[in-house]
Amino acid sequence: MPTGARDITETMLGFVRALRAGGVRSGTGRARAFFDALDALDVTDPEAVYWAGRLTLCSGPADLRRYDACFAYYFSADPLRPAARTPPVTVLRPVMWPSGRDRTRGEDDPDPQHLAAASDAEVLRSRDIATLTEGERAEVARLLGLLATRRPHRRTHRTAPARRGRLDHPRTLRATLRQGGEPLRLLRRDRTTRPRRVVLLIDVSGSMSPYADALLRLAHAVARGHPGHTEVFSVGTRLTRLTREMRVRDPDVALAAAGAAIPDWSGGTRLGVELKEFLDVYGQRGMARGSLAVIASDGWERGDAALLGTQMARLSRLAHRTVWANPHKAQPGYEPLTAGMRAALPHVDDFVSGHSLDALEELATAVIGGRVKRGGAGA
Amino acid sequence: MSSVTETATAAVATPERLAELLDDQDYLADDGAATACFLALRMGRPLFLEGDAGVGKTELAKAVAAVLGGSLIRLQCYEGIDAAQALYDWDYPRQLLHLRAAQAAGVEEVTELESGLYDRRFLLARPLLRALEGGGNAPGVLLVDEIDRADDEFEAFLLEFLSDFTISIPELGTVRAAVPPVVVLTSNRTREVHDALKRRCLYHWMPHPDFRREVDIIRRRLPGATERLVRDVAAAVQRLRDPAASGVDLLKPPGVAESIDWTAALLALGARELDPDLAARTLGALVKHREDHEGVRRRLSALLNGHGSEAAG
Repeated sequence: MPTGARDITETMLGFVRALRAGGVRSGTGRARAFFDALDALDVTDPEAVYWAGRLTLCSGPADLRRYDACFAYYFSADPLRPAARTPPVTVLRPVMWPSGRDRTRGEDDPDPQHLAAASDAEVLRSRDIATLTEGERAEVARLLGLLATRRPHRRTHRTAPARRGRLDHPRTLRATLRQGGEPLRLLRRDRTTRPRRVVLLIDVSGSMSPYADALLRLAHAVARGHPGHTEVFSVGTRLTRLTREMRVRDPDVALAAAGAAIPDWSGGTRLGVELKEFLDVYGQRGMARGSLAVIASDGWERGDAALLGTQMARLSRLAHRTVWANPHKAQPGYEPLTAGMRAALPHVDDFVSGHSLDALEELATAVIGGRVKRGGAGA
Repeated sequence: MSSVTETATAAVATPERLAELLDDQDYLADDGAATACFLALRMGRPLFLEGDAGVGKTELAKAVAAVLGGSLIRLQCYEGIDAAQALYDWDYPRQLLHLRAAQAAGVEEVTELESGLYDRRFLLARPLLRALEGGGNAPGVLLVDEIDRADDEFEAFLLEFLSDFTISIPELGTVRAAVPPVVVLTSNRTREVHDALKRRCLYHWMPHPDFRREVDIIRRRLPGATERLVRDVAAAVQRLRDPAASGVDLLKPPGVAESIDWTAALLALGARELDPDLAARTLGALVKHREDHEGVRRRLSALLNGHGSEAAG
């Protein structure tokens, strides 16, 4: 240990600071606990110091790697270089949405052009998003922002007073007591409902780029209408969790944040691999369990279609329902012929289009909102 | 929050000593686990254990309880668990019966009826209350199992309980722990537990044991198994946890619990060493998914053939 003339407290505080710089969020409370732990252990034993810090300063597996690197760096006589930070990612923001200036004008001033667009809303509703002009896209974005989704629910173990159900002993007893010990009415309670988790996986690969923004806006509308129970991921060549970004209220800010978080805009598609990653890291542990899983993708799988099939099977076993939205489905004469789509379809409960505003609205309200209009997969 | 009593911790002067005591209880703790438990006792902090299913989180809590000579009180969390299921509840059917009986005996005074009704004998102590009331001098171990399954609200409620170790029952008064229990929380990471709760705890990630420790653990649990069988099993399981080594990427890599189960199954068939036929017949004790089963079965001979080098090392 490079204590030298330095005091142990100073050394250890320096370590905590180094750890914070290395990305482990450990506040004063944790630092205090670290010192308490050091008090209880032999501070001259590197092993003891290692464990004292690891047990008090870390709070998750992600911290452990950083901790190990930082510990090795800080306490070694021959310092290794600190763990390299993740290389900066070049982000290609989607350019199809209007700039901030246009947007504010649309909201504040009664701009004649904007009004004209609004009157065309009915026409816009059923048109394929890929064929729209930039102005029309902005209008679709605005309408999607107004979308209020209903929340899917599931029954829980918890109960609340109800007209029918099992006997509510505590309430019956209290009522009985009020009536001087005469059980006049038997009160009952029944199981309540809770919001069902919705997981959205949105393909942002090249072939989906005309739809990706509208789909992300839809995801934002769902996340806003169903806060705390919506998880959003983008898939493409990398799986990116966007749940945090989608919590922002303003759709444009949320979209910009999502754009910044997604490293693989308009890249290829490795749906199978990413679905596997999703299931391994989040899904199997519980995020997908009993959820409503929505995948928005055209199914142009560059990877192994068989892998996609297995992973979809896994997902369908974990989830309450699986929904696949494919923008190409609405095209006349569409047949799910791509290998990816063919492999996935047997495990999909609802196969919907999601290419136009109408279709997205239907996806949001009828499918995610709990009520399913059209049942069954196409294959 | 005070730390546990002198008598209980006096015997545990260092993490190494605690490891020895745990060893006496047939729990083979590595440095991390021993230090974590030691600090939990010394600092009076809850211990938050995270790790894959089957690495021995629950077993560790049991072993600590045995070392302290206290009881183990287990609170299994699940979605929708609430205070009534965790703290206490009144035995309402019995109370109703009591009311009827009192009435039949001619008691008409409501206050008298009520005071008789909320008597300690009608109180059903649930795990948290039991943990506070728990035995005399030795601290009990409160195991809050799979906290990640409970809802956020329950987590917040638990936070309150863990900060002062008291429960107030409106009809009876406040219950305070004479000796605060040692608290062990476990999580399988199905969701992220709130930081406020983690901040109050010591955090320990439990990894799968290495080959040598796994051999020791199985041997300790199943003394009847031959050295050869135990080494074969441990080597195969170690390989299975590493997709690069085994060539199968399992949905659920086996934990120590599964290694022990598998060895026990093999032992029940009278195995003295592992061979592909026996392994195939007992695979159900090791892997619990159909896909995993098929994947392992296909590579079984390769998996077993590679064990020589690892067993030597």
